[in-house]
Amino acid sequence: MFANPLSLVIWTPIVAGLLVLATGGDQRAPLARWLALAGGVLGFLVSLPLFTQFDNLHGGMQFVENMPWIESLGINYHLGVDGISMLFIVLNSFTTLMVILAGWEVIQKRTAQYMAAFLIMSGLINGAFAALDAILFYVFFEGMLIPMYLIIGVWGGPRRVYASIKFFLYTLLGSLLMLVAFIYLYFQAGNSFDIQAFQALKQIPMQVQILLFIAFFLSFAVKVPMWPVHTWLPDAHVEAPTGGSMVLAAITLKIGAYGFLRFALPIVPDASIELAPIMIGLSLVAVVYIGLVALVQTDMKKLVAYSSISHMGFVTLGMFLFTGSQMNAWAVEGALVQMVSHGFVSAAMFFCIGVMYDRVHSRNIADYGGVANKMPIFAAFMMLFGMANSGLPATSGFVGEFMVIMGAVQVNFLVAALAATTLIFGAAYTLWMYKRVIFGDVNNHHVEEMKDVNKREFLILVILAVTVLGMGLYPQLFVEKMHLSVNELIAHVAQSKL
Amino acid sequence: MNWADLNLMPALPEMFLLGALSVILILDLFIPDAKRGITYALSLLTLLVCAVIQVSTFEPFATITLSGMFVDDPLSDIVKVAMYGVTALVLVYTRQYVKDRGLFKGEYFTLTLFALLGMNLMVSASNFVSLYLGLELLSLSLYSLIALQRESGRAIEAAMKYFVLGALASGLLLYGVSMVYGATGSLELAKVAQAIASGSANQTLLVFGLVFIVAGLAFKLGAVPFHMWVPDVYQGSSTAMTLMIGAAPKLAAFVFVIRILVQGLGEMVADWQGMLVILAVLSMAIGNLTAIAQTNLKRMLAYSTISHMGFLLLGLIAGNAEGYSAALFYVIVYVLTSLAGFGILLGLSRAGFECETLDDLKGLNGRNSWYALLMLLALFSMAGIPPLAGFYAKFAVIQSIVNINLLWLAIVAVMMSLIGAFYYLRVVKVMYFDDVQDHSPITISGDMKLILSLNAIALLVLGMMPERLIAMCVEAMQQSLVIL
Repeated sequence: MFANPLSLVIWTPIVAGLLVLATGGDQRAPLARWLALAGGVLGFLVSLPLFTQFDNLHGGMQFVENMPWIESLGINYHLGVDGISMLFIVLNSFTTLMVILAGWEVIQKRTAQYMAAFLIMSGLINGAFAALDAILFYVFFEGMLIPMYLIIGVWGGPRRVYASIKFFLYTLLGSLLMLVAFIYLYFQAGNSFDIQAFQALKQIPMQVQILLFIAFFLSFAVKVPMWPVHTWLPDAHVEAPTGGSMVLAAITLKIGAYGFLRFALPIVPDASIELAPIMIGLSLVAVVYIGLVALVQTDMKKLVAYSSISHMGFVTLGMFLFTGSQMNAWAVEGALVQMVSHGFVSAAMFFCIGVMYDRVHSRNIADYGGVANKMPIFAAFMMLFGMANSGLPATSGFVGEFMVIMGAVQVNFLVAALAATTLIFGAAYTLWMYKRVIFGDVNNHHVEEMKDVNKREFLILVILAVTVLGMGLYPQLFVEKMHLSVNELIAHVAQSKL
Repeated sequence: MNWADLNLMPALPEMFLLGALSVILILDLFIPDAKRGITYALSLLTLLVCAVIQVSTFEPFATITLSGMFVDDPLSDIVKVAMYGVTALVLVYTRQYVKDRGLFKGEYFTLTLFALLGMNLMVSASNFVSLYLGLELLSLSLYSLIALQRESGRAIEAAMKYFVLGALASGLLLYGVSMVYGATGSLELAKVAQAIASGSANQTLLVFGLVFIVAGLAFKLGAVPFHMWVPDVYQGSSTAMTLMIGAAPKLAAFVFVIRILVQGLGEMVADWQGMLVILAVLSMAIGNLTAIAQTNLKRMLAYSTISHMGFLLLGLIAGNAEGYSAALFYVIVYVLTSLAGFGILLGLSRAGFECETLDDLKGLNGRNSWYALLMLLALFSMAGIPPLAGFYAKFAVIQSIVNINLLWLAIVAVMMSLIGAFYYLRVVKVMYFDDVQDHSPITISGDMKLILSLNAIALLVLGMMPERLIAMCVEAMQQSLVIL
């Protein structure tokens, strides 16, 4: 079992997390930190072979592992990745490492539990991306709520209790209906929970397809989050500690979008096409309206949280652009690139805010001003990430948005025009915030006392900057991995199941 | 009676239990209070020997003996072994608690064992008479156990309520049984089933009888609208007795229901299915919604029990072997989970202090992160969040009702478990997010700490590898249901 690379990426962080938890109280915090770092590094290293050994020319699932798990209930331990899910496993393992570094000396209270929660969650997230059995997926998908609930609630800000319970219940609401959908599909697919068997199902009446789509929609739209079920996200982000925000934005939102690709689109393609106009509408609302909402935020974290919703609107937009029954290849790949890119950029933005918060203990834009005078190195890095967040060419943020807009132009010009407004709004809210926080004169003693980044922070910033630039300059590295899988998906969705 | 045919082997564990119980009862008279530990040890030993006998005489088929009064089948075996284990855990968890309250007396142990004997009889009865005898032996022992705390007004009140309502429920049940007897001419479950199948029985009379029987059973299970006694008794009794009522008797009551509804009145499945649907929906809804309003943990767990009984009924509603085995798995997991939850409450109580409100758990993670983690596992298991055992229990019963196309009921069930998640989360919130108020050290004896830890970790292990237990439940149910 542990010889398989996928089992390894799931269980390495979980075991490491349990070891960290076993170190106990805060008197042994240094040990817990180093152990967590070792676990994070190891978790990242074992995920690398997935990327390097992935066969770009080989369709279908790779690194497959399948064995019976709960035979009485028809559940298998079935793992495998294609070019889509593999990228997110690597991204997640990378982000976990960054999170552990980001929380290094910032977290002084219950350090071991903090680090353990992130490591365990990392394993669960990897499991969700690797699972090919619907219930196995569900177990990982739901299981990650427990550590996230604790992360927000224990180490969060003043309204953390409200935010954590809201986060938990919102997510649970959606996923429970999906569970019923899975059980229904189990009997349709001849007593199998295999996701590929679900996808291979033929002849599902439209009515049933629509109901199934709604079940999937409620589950994944909450996670993405799409307007109007997005309200948990700003609360959760604002109250979560820096690391929590990084993981939330970089990874857990992607699981929602991934869910659409893995479940909704291939299992109920006709309902997806039928309801695509609604999905496009909701996505555009997210892009435009939430972009405007972001503009008026006074809290930096909230601003980036809203910007995440707006960017994720782009992702769902890209997935539901149909010409006839044909998904748009540009748009789907653009959505995927946008997902990976947003993973890096949003993690970087939240980390930057965390760096300032650790010094001033405020997230209010008004409490800052003139930070560049005191933290020049930091200001330069944040400039780069801000540019990436607003989609500047040569950064990763540009590639995905550009591809989605290209796709949209082919499908419907009006949609493309509305979507393209993000380039304006994105630049507006990001750069305006940047101007107010970083430039200008130092106007209070808190900023006066700020010190520039230390070595640890510098290291994280450099790593994130390299990846953001790397993806912007050479996106081919990622795109070639997903190319075949995306084409297979498009071919599959094009076949009607009516 | 033909004495040569009398086969006592199937009832060996019960006979041993009765013998050992009598010995303990007499021996205890000569043991001074300071050495009461001997009685405790003897009781545990009795449970161990019973379990050994049960396992070593296991046979994968049903044997009916004692003139059709008693049946020994895999279902009864698996449940009895579980009950011995559960009773042993209860004794271990409550030892310190009852000592602190001056209840560490011989009566405590003998009454517990008498209750167990009653439960064994309920589980193994194949005749309405023996079923009723078992039920009454259990109930009378429980009433007196609650009333043992005789200087506490609340406990006496709880015992009184339990007694009056319990007697009423027994009355309803007997009334229903008398009608079934009138219609079929027999009290033996197998003959009742035959008579109904042959179509010679008076249908009107049978259905009337069924209504009273279902009402009586719902009382015993604590399903809405026959649930009113549950919160009062749970809250009023001392936590040790609450644990006693909430653990093994649920297992026995479940098999009791299976014996009557499935083995005796199985032909009338279409009639009782509808009634159970109403009971299940109401139990899940009222149990979960009312639990939200509670600040007393014992009362909250009482309402949570009511909702769990609603889920349990879902498995019965399915009306097939898969559903019944899902329900059996559910009840075993539920009992294991509530043992862990109440075990923590018992451990946190001490002489003169009852840990029973939400505030008493404030900042538990800061006081002792290990116990907080154990409680966390128990709570998330009750809420049905994977990867804990409670998830598979809920999953299995929901799967069984989707299988019979009751999709709407499945959706109601999952929505109710969403509501349920809220109050479990609130307890987690109190333990993890709030600051410590009570700084007094937690003293839990080494053996209890070990067993409590194993108990809670079992929920996680069962969540990772539930296959063995589920397969056992399925097999036991299949082997037991074929014969009658």
